[in-house]
Amino acid sequence: MSLLETSGLTAFYGDFQALFGIDFAIAEGETVAIIGSNGAGKSTFLRSLTGLLANAAEAIRFNGQPIGDLPANRIVGLGIAMVPEGRKLFPSLTVEENLKIGAYSGREGGWSVDRILDLFPFMQERRRTPATALSGGQQQMVAIGRALMSNPELLLCDEISLGLAPTIIKDIYDALPAIQEAGTTVVVVEQDIQQAMAVSDRVYCFMEGRVTLEGPPDELSHDAIREAYFGLKGAA
Amino acid sequence: MDWVNAVIQGVLVGGLYALFATGLSLIFGVMRLVNIAHGDLIVLSSFLGLAIVSGFGLHPLVCLLIVVPLMFAIGYALQRGVLNFTLGPDILPPLLVTFGLSIIIQNALLEIFSADSQKLPAGALQTASLQIVEGLAVGVFPMIVFACAIAVIAGLQFLFYRTALGSAFRATSDDADTARLMGIDNRHIFALAMAISLAVVALAGVFLGMRTSFDPSIGPGRLIYAFEAVIIGGLGSLWGTLAGGIILGVSQIVGGKLFPGADQLAGHVVFLILLVVRPRGLFPRAVD
Amino acid sequence: MADTAQYRVATATRTSRVGLLVLLAGVVFLATTPWWGGRAEMRLVVEFCYFLALAQMWNLLAGYAGLVSVGQQAFVGLGGYALFVFSIWLGVHPLLALPLAAVAAALFAIPTALIVFRLRGAYFAIGTWVTAEVYRLSFAQVSDLGGGSGMSLPIGVIKAVAGSRSERELVVFAIGVAVAVASTGIVYWMLRSRYGLGLTAIRDSEAASESLGVNNFRTKLYVYVLAASITGFIGALIYLQKFRIAPDAAFSLIDWTAYVIFIVVIGGIGRIEGPIVGTIVFFILREFLADLGSWYLMILGLVAVVIMLRAPQGIWGLLAARFDLHFFPVQRRLYLRDGGPPGSP
Repeated sequence: MSLLETSGLTAFYGDFQALFGIDFAIAEGETVAIIGSNGAGKSTFLRSLTGLLANAAEAIRFNGQPIGDLPANRIVGLGIAMVPEGRKLFPSLTVEENLKIGAYSGREGGWSVDRILDLFPFMQERRRTPATALSGGQQQMVAIGRALMSNPELLLCDEISLGLAPTIIKDIYDALPAIQEAGTTVVVVEQDIQQAMAVSDRVYCFMEGRVTLEGPPDELSHDAIREAYFGLKGAA
Repeated sequence: MDWVNAVIQGVLVGGLYALFATGLSLIFGVMRLVNIAHGDLIVLSSFLGLAIVSGFGLHPLVCLLIVVPLMFAIGYALQRGVLNFTLGPDILPPLLVTFGLSIIIQNALLEIFSADSQKLPAGALQTASLQIVEGLAVGVFPMIVFACAIAVIAGLQFLFYRTALGSAFRATSDDADTARLMGIDNRHIFALAMAISLAVVALAGVFLGMRTSFDPSIGPGRLIYAFEAVIIGGLGSLWGTLAGGIILGVSQIVGGKLFPGADQLAGHVVFLILLVVRPRGLFPRAVD
Repeated sequence: MADTAQYRVATATRTSRVGLLVLLAGVVFLATTPWWGGRAEMRLVVEFCYFLALAQMWNLLAGYAGLVSVGQQAFVGLGGYALFVFSIWLGVHPLLALPLAAVAAALFAIPTALIVFRLRGAYFAIGTWVTAEVYRLSFAQVSDLGGGSGMSLPIGVIKAVAGSRSERELVVFAIGVAVAVASTGIVYWMLRSRYGLGLTAIRDSEAASESLGVNNFRTKLYVYVLAASITGFIGALIYLQKFRIAPDAAFSLIDWTAYVIFIVVIGGIGRIEGPIVGTIVFFILREFLADLGSWYLMILGLVAVVIMLRAPQGIWGLLAARFDLHFFPVQRRLYLRDGGPPGSP
């Protein structure tokens, strides 16, 4: 059985339809990457999964349970955590407070502030620093740590490499195995196709609110991806 | 010595103004809501105090044990049932709805309690004073009020910066959507903020009723004092609010001494001058 | 992209022409009151007119410029006192004192704006209220104007308006109707001018409009001063009708701002038709409920709260959406050269 499954998921911003019937599934322990250009609907999809955008109950199933109509603040307690695009750390909170508030939902599990500090040792000395005083890469790590504090079964990472230097992106993705070992299933949304292919077991490509391609990275040809990503027929 | 006396009185009145202002500042800090009915809720608390004091023959200070929790509950219900639906990018709905509430509360009080001036009997506390030096005595009750103001602000400061609930308040204020991703129900957090705000309002209202006479029409005036204290102190700074209250209190009492009958005017003028000179207040919050 | 020559931009619609006729009929009905009504009806119509004019001005500020003022009573009071100062102290003819009162209100509005514009949003609202309080308390300090208890217009000044009582009432009546029509017309004209587009841009997004070259500060200042000046004129007219002024009444939040806010909210904020509908509803409610005293205000407040929560576009907004009515078309609509708007059935 899939850990999370969507069927015919749609999303609207007012009159504007952003998603047109997304069918998506992820099994426990799997790592799935979602790729697609700007405006393809990737972030909207994650916002729907986390409950920030409301949906029909049956459109999203988590552990077999319909959750599409639950509000965001209930969903995190069920075990879906998000690292939002642009990190969205709370500027009035210190690094440590940002981590602790990640545990607000009270979900039991193995993550604690100390384990996050082990994963990202630089935070040790910056515990009392206002979170937004950190560098972009460090903030991204705090955002990941904050999401882990809710002991999620499913971790959604929205564009965690955006705007960061390659060495820092590597540091961040180096933390991924430790997260997966802890039993967490991961969805990464990436604009960087290479990165997405390297870390994932399976890839979904979105275009204009629809899934245009799906499969394991090594089975997808360059041309197929190009077509699914840009909507261009044939090689350039 | 007269002038020293006036300044001390002004400082102590400032404590009451700080209590008026704290609740206003708190809900603005958490949800960017300016509650136009704030002053009328202060007066509502005074009248609730009056009803309980005359109904059960309690001392006004004892009636706080009922009025404070009652206003806390009213605050929670008001936010959850009405004001949460006004929050959003548009400032008009909260402004106009609380303005409507202000008119409703004023006229409801007028209907129930009439326009007569009332006072909460404070007994011996009314006149008790401490002789500091020859010719300089300070009232015991104003000092209690001032001490309460400090205690309330220190308590809120602790709540905001040292507890998990405080982190949730600050996180929700920073970014309500991301706070929801943490499992924080922002509607509940906003309702708690309003509940705490009105608990402080209850304290302020009962103290107001013990200090001076009150009637249903004086709410807007209290709102204006609260607002002035908040702006003078700097948006979002609780200790700044105390400083703002003190500056306003001293301006009024010293101004009234210089120009008899112009105490209110003196307070407003000092406020406007400070607004021109320091538009962000004395202690603006670093992160805005 | 389609050839632009296929399109034309228009603001008028068929319903707007019908609407104009309905309004014209309404104005004629009001303007002919002296022929069909008595003294009481004339007073009522004058009152209707100045509430409508005040509502138009508040709507211009709050509904279009995003300046939610709770202090417009400042300019009613200033205008009223200006009438007394000009006509009594300076011996100006009272009818000439009306436009001078508008000028005086505008002059006071400039420094007021420079102070309150430092505050944003809801704090701006309370800031305007504080300045109105400052004016009220200041006038109460001036003993030559009767201090807190106020003063009356001397009989000589009153007689200068016109010889007989009925002639005076006719003069006040005519000015009242003219002010209502003019203030509606001025708002309409402003919104159709380039200021109108600038205002809408500011209301929708301050930052974006600034980047598009709208000078937010100057545009808002113009609107604020214009509204203050017309409000001042109305204030002078009100006290030319009342003959007697006192600070608490002249700077009354309830009379000159709360009622006006309720009128605009009930009628429909951000629409020119809103104040008209709101004023009509307000007078009907008052006719039936005024005897209830404080219950009347509670009901009015409750109606405004419910409308703000359930139908923030107001009564007119509901009607307009239901029947596609636009009596004062200020929207620019894009039309195909020889047909209706693109995409419309």
